[in-house]
Amino acid sequence: MTNAQSDTQAPASFITVDGLTKRFGDTVALNDVDLRLDKGETLAIIGPSAAGKSVLMKCIVGIYGADSGSIILNGDDVSKPNAEARPEWASQIGMLFQQNALFDSLTVWENICFRQIEAGTMSRDDAKAHAIDLLGHVGLAEESAVLKPNDLSGGMQKRVGIARAISSDPALLLLDNPTAGLDPVLSNHIELMIAKIAKQRGTTVISITNDMQIARHRYQNLMMMHDGKVYWSGPTSAIDDAHNEHLTQMLNGSAQGPISMRAGKRNDGVYA
Amino acid sequence: MSKPQNVPGDVRSKSLVDYLNDENVRAVLYQIIAIGLVILAGWYLVSNTLYNLEKQNISTGYGFLDLEASFEISETMIDYSAQSDYATALLVGLLNTVKVAVLGIILCTIIGTIFGVARLSSNWLVRKLATVYVETFRNIPVLLQLFFWYALIPAAFPHPRNAFEPLPGVLLTSRGTYLPVPVADNAYTLMGIAAIIALVAIYFIKKWATKRQDATGQPFPILITSIGIFVGLVLLAYLIGGAPTEMSIPALKGFNIQGGYNISPEFMAVLIGLTVYTSTYVAEVVRSGIQAVSSGQWEAADSLGIKRSVALRKVILPQSMRVAIPPLTNQYLNLTKNSSLAVAVGYPDLVSVSNTTMNQTGQAIEAISIFMSVYLGLSLLTSLFMNWFNKKMALVER
Repeated sequence: MTNAQSDTQAPASFITVDGLTKRFGDTVALNDVDLRLDKGETLAIIGPSAAGKSVLMKCIVGIYGADSGSIILNGDDVSKPNAEARPEWASQIGMLFQQNALFDSLTVWENICFRQIEAGTMSRDDAKAHAIDLLGHVGLAEESAVLKPNDLSGGMQKRVGIARAISSDPALLLLDNPTAGLDPVLSNHIELMIAKIAKQRGTTVISITNDMQIARHRYQNLMMMHDGKVYWSGPTSAIDDAHNEHLTQMLNGSAQGPISMRAGKRNDGVYA
Repeated sequence: MSKPQNVPGDVRSKSLVDYLNDENVRAVLYQIIAIGLVILAGWYLVSNTLYNLEKQNISTGYGFLDLEASFEISETMIDYSAQSDYATALLVGLLNTVKVAVLGIILCTIIGTIFGVARLSSNWLVRKLATVYVETFRNIPVLLQLFFWYALIPAAFPHPRNAFEPLPGVLLTSRGTYLPVPVADNAYTLMGIAAIIALVAIYFIKKWATKRQDATGQPFPILITSIGIFVGLVLLAYLIGGAPTEMSIPALKGFNIQGGYNISPEFMAVLIGLTVYTSTYVAEVVRSGIQAVSSGQWEAADSLGIKRSVALRKVILPQSMRVAIPPLTNQYLNLTKNSSLAVAVGYPDLVSVSNTTMNQTGQAIEAISIFMSVYLGLSLLTSLFMNWFNKKMALVER
């Protein structure tokens, strides 16, 4: 979109979140959050429940509008979800939801290419072929294309969710707990698959995870959130063992941790 | 099953008691006794009734249906006069019931869906207005609402002498609404046939267009083409039929308005009352159906940059349909059955005609049996249709 601009401005990062604040009623879900990533970088967000991780993602993808602050993606401020350019911004972002949120009313292939079908950028036959191609990328057989999401197992649904997220070849991939509810073998497999896809396509990845080890070893950057604030952020290479223990303790809510961990609840009844 | 304690040696009595103590034997015995009692009670009632009717010189059976009805019915969809027989009179009543029920079901679905969606609107005013509508009309007994509309229509509209004419030929009066209609002509039959042919053609063209779009992605201007085919064919039939222009225009003659098509105040009152009352329930069914779909579905569609209206149509409503169809069936059945309240405002529905029949012939049992089985039949038909529809939707879903 604004390639010419980013060429001239030398160190313009791919995504810059600056002073992002989001409230739900009296509850502050995000409080002055900053974030900066270059193209192709990966970031793991870690933190206890109700820390604001999912809210941050939903702000970036445009489900929630920001109360203050800005989200600059590729030179555009995408923090105003009602803008006319919204569909175009959305096509640059692929998001995997925690519960997959596949559309039960549509088949697997329609789910994967819903965006293209609705925008009219692909014929239905092309979309189906594209979806089958993507199913191959996420390790699913062609036959599953015509099934309904309800006919699939949890792991298969997760793969379809990933296929949908990458179907428009987005420059930014948002993954909300991609391995939640999966067994260790499968979650390892999914993590490897995501890493491979991201590397092949040069995709910038932001992923929410609960596993400090995965965050440390599979991602270049780490951001730890608590109570809507960024508690720590930096490259994972900067985390030495002592530091790691400190952060892990905090995450696990040990008594000696710097912040007492309690499961919070937003006033709209949604656990973030 | 404990062994009975019997006096040793008393072989015969022992085996009988043994037999009666067997659980299986008892179960069968109880059932025989129960059925026997029901049959006895039924026989007692029937024979009693027959005896009493005979004593009052009332003949039983459905022979009265062939007799001359000798009463007028204010609005009929088929040819009927006081010389017609009771069977025709009851058929007129049935058709009037079906007319108000079918129109009511269609209207209450449309209005209910609009208010159901409106109750979830992000616009405060729209949301509150929808809530007030639903809560008001849902909580007033439907019979009182029929009285209300029936009282309102004659009071709100002028006497035929000063009829209100919003459009040329359309007269609004306290005796109903009069519409101009074309005088019957063969051309109109021809136009009806042409319309059916056009609809069939449109169906096949749409099928072909979808197939082509699937294959090549080229959209086909289906709407424009459909309208063109429909209007063109019907117009052609009209011209071939000789283009009749004679209209029956309602006009004041003497004390009342003659000509045109009259929508009676009774019919309006029943239709509005039933539609408004049932639409509030439909609205609640639609609202709960939409809310039953998880918010994640909205968010997922939103994250793909899909418009809310498209998400509602393609993602949310198909899923809420699955939840909504069974309670919707209930509402349709309720509307059909509530239409029997039409008798209260003098709309000649099946119950009303049956009442007159009963009063004239004294064949109360037969008349009641007829309208009870007709309502049962109508309800079962509605039920069957909705079950079929439900199955179809469920298949599409999974």
